[in-house]
Amino acid sequence: MAKIVSLTDAVAEFVHDGDTVALEGFTHLIPFAAGHEIIRQRRRDLTLARMTPDLIYDQIIGAGCARKLIFSWGGNPGVGSLYRLRDAITAGWPVPLEIEEHTHAGMANRYVAGASGLPFAVLRGAAGTDLTRHTPTVTTIRCPFTGEHLTAVAALNPDVTIVHAQRADRAGNVQLWGITGVQKEAVLAARRALATVEEVVDELPPEPGAIVLPRFTLNAVAVVPGGAAPSYAHGYYDRDNAAYLEWDTISRDRETFTAWLRDVEKGNPEKGDPEKGEPGTKRRRP
Amino acid sequence: MNHTAEEMMTVAAARELRDGQVVFVGIDLPSRAANLARRLHAPGLVLVYESGTVDTKPAELPLSIGDGVLADSALTVVSVPEVFNYWLQPGRMDVGFLSGAQIDRYANLNTTVIGAYDEPEVRLPGSGGAPEISAGCREIIVVMRHRKRAFVDQVDFITTFGHGSGPTDRALLGLHGSGPMRVITDLGVLEPAPDSKELMLTALHPGVTVEQVRAETGWSLEISDELGETTPPTERELTTLRAMKTVGAGRR
Repeated sequence: MAKIVSLTDAVAEFVHDGDTVALEGFTHLIPFAAGHEIIRQRRRDLTLARMTPDLIYDQIIGAGCARKLIFSWGGNPGVGSLYRLRDAITAGWPVPLEIEEHTHAGMANRYVAGASGLPFAVLRGAAGTDLTRHTPTVTTIRCPFTGEHLTAVAALNPDVTIVHAQRADRAGNVQLWGITGVQKEAVLAARRALATVEEVVDELPPEPGAIVLPRFTLNAVAVVPGGAAPSYAHGYYDRDNAAYLEWDTISRDRETFTAWLRDVEKGNPEKGDPEKGEPGTKRRRP
Repeated sequence: MNHTAEEMMTVAAARELRDGQVVFVGIDLPSRAANLARRLHAPGLVLVYESGTVDTKPAELPLSIGDGVLADSALTVVSVPEVFNYWLQPGRMDVGFLSGAQIDRYANLNTTVIGAYDEPEVRLPGSGGAPEISAGCREIIVVMRHRKRAFVDQVDFITTFGHGSGPTDRALLGLHGSGPMRVITDLGVLEPAPDSKELMLTALHPGVTVEQVRAETGWSLEISDELGETTPPTERELTTLRAMKTVGAGRR
């Protein structure tokens, strides 16, 4: 049952060294503040799962928190490459990184299987690609009814999933809307789940296209206004595209990245710093 | 009006789309061309992005595939598992619009690695939605800048299956759609030869020579007997393209 706690306490209690951790959010509602807290608390040997590693995993990988990445598209969207990810894969800096890669459909269905309590999911998939030769969690099966060859992907059940959402009520029910990505499946597939939210309200008003994560699917909710920046929170603030462009420069070499990392470790990141926000304040755009 | 090679490519790609088609759109070049088509001859074009935004009509071009502008202007927004399982997989999409870092003579695409997988020279982003887009759409159109390092004899890694190594491979693998039917570049248009499925040059953009295209292609490129020339961009096409802005980006 969700309890409303500080982000520091939530990460301290529920994210452990060696865990498989999923921070989901498809371009939208990426839990940056939670990722920075993982860096600050110096978690190690994590297996990071995420469809689109984005800047947040580039940062966590560059900080040396991860030993493995499970993903399906690892770029800086609309900008270019993730240089910390590249450096870890090709040069083992700051620590070697094992990778396990899938297609988007494969990753999405791994979470679906995990959320459904099944050991694997079936999809038509993409026969003929080289991916299957390198990824042990994807294989081919024969349909027992038609004999067709189909793709099977192993369920993905993270030890802990973290998502960011627009709001929660005081009981810890969490509501998100806009592009909802794979967050519901990632939360339901996980052994433990945390949500950071823009604000806490007395009641969750209906919102077109919204999904609700009931309080019994979550272990903790932390109020972190701006916790998705520089990604965006639909209805609250826009994507900071300039920050995504700037990251291209910051992440390119180890020195500029290390300087950035020192700022985050001091609890003074430019964006999404929980200490900067005022919990519970309404920041919603009219 | 004068135009750049890049503008010719985008306009030529946009012309491939017909009004009323349902298109699964990749980001960057494909997104630009699809949105241009929607502003010109195909106002009823249905754009679907892998972020789950269905029938979206962005006023500005998205920088990323999950930008808020795509959700704001969508008929409906569905989850990512749903967009792949319910919308792409059963074959509801007429056209898949893709790009890549490398393409080979059979239109297989690589967006994974340059060099060996375990010790890559360059690590690229990976597959994203492209493999299933190529498997599930009725046909595929590829938009790519024509450079020798990108148009290679054999891709280093098949991220997205085109025609494999010949005309029967897609059917043998049980892939539903007809695969890449046209490759639009900044130099011309390539199409698979009907018998071999090997890409051949079928049209040159204005001012481009066969020698230029051959110099930028990493295999001995066949030239169609009916080699055409692309109609240059009209004034309306160019002014519409130039008026399209990318959301909040400092650079594009």
